[in-house]
Amino acid sequence: MTIKAEHEIHTRRKSRNVGVGLMLAGFVVLVMALTFVKITQSNFELPAAEGSASGAGDQ
Amino acid sequence: MTDVSFSEKPAEREAQMGDYIALFKPRVMSLVVFTALVGLLAAPVSVHPVVAFSSILFIAIGAGASGALNMWWDADIDAVMRRTVGRPIPSGRVQAGEALYLGVALSGLSVMMLALAANLLAAAMLAFTIFFYAVVYSMWLKRSTPQNIVIGGAAGAFPPVIGWIVATGSFSIEAWLMFALIFMWTPPHFWALALFMKSDYDDAGVPMLTVTHGRRTTRAHIIVYTVLLAVLAVGTGFTAIGGPLYLATAVLLNALFLKGAWDIWRRDEPRAEADSYGTERKFFRLSLWYLFAHFGAILIEAALRPYGLGGW
Repeated sequence: MTIKAEHEIHTRRKSRNVGVGLMLAGFVVLVMALTFVKITQSNFELPAAEGSASGAGDQ
Repeated sequence: MTDVSFSEKPAEREAQMGDYIALFKPRVMSLVVFTALVGLLAAPVSVHPVVAFSSILFIAIGAGASGALNMWWDADIDAVMRRTVGRPIPSGRVQAGEALYLGVALSGLSVMMLALAANLLAAAMLAFTIFFYAVVYSMWLKRSTPQNIVIGGAAGAFPPVIGWIVATGSFSIEAWLMFALIFMWTPPHFWALALFMKSDYDDAGVPMLTVTHGRRTTRAHIIVYTVLLAVLAVGTGFTAIGGPLYLATAVLLNALFLKGAWDIWRRDEPRAEADSYGTERKFFRLSLWYLFAHFGAILIEAALRPYGLGGW
């Protein structure tokens, strides 16, 4: 049995594959937009740089 | 998601995207999206549109995931009820295991993403709602008590509370009033359905009130809940989320709803059968408009408030 580059499963599952692809792309865009909104809000604070000082002492 | 078949012969019916979407109960999801959006917009705190959109989307995904878990658990009884026999699992289009994995994965994703998009309390409430629908209602109450619809209705009533928490980060009496509106509306809505979907619940062995206590008692329960609902719905008109438009809507629709419940209560089975449960069907259709109009009115009151027009 050989696995062809265009197996019939690709045609059979086309709508599923396209749907999942579009959803993943949408999810990426959404997370990007959400991140942008969060970090540009006036009340946004960078998390404290934990461990940077203590990390040096542990050496 | 599923195993890959290398068989040369194509499957008789491959599950398509629409079959997986059907697992999420899109009609229930639309109600969840709408009521959660109203809860979010009626809150006295404005939310960035991207945060609002993301939050509603993750609430909807959480609702869909709990729908998939419900379909996985209830596949056996769905297969014997006319109303549900065409669902993806009993019809063989989707494997039960797929619904389980999808439900669990999307539940986790939706809760995690809501925590990141909004706040931890909203995410915790979403997690509780999914647990309540999938475990408390589907696995426990539905097959064990005729009060399944009453207590289980809480799961469908949480979305506006979650929407409110997304905006404010806390609970409030207004959020619980919206919860109570859906909670009290659910029993008459489902019992009307149970009256005209005559043998479905009987065949499936689900202890609906119509099966355990009879149709006369169900008709009496519908009118009692409708009276209590009317008091609550009209009373809400005088609170911070109410206003003249909401009050007018509530008075009109509750008058119609009470009339419908009264007509149902006065009927006996021979009369109902004579017109194929026309009154019960009409009441069920009205119940859909009832909830939509109440939440729509709350939304309009909130939208008019910045212009000094909404509310009291």
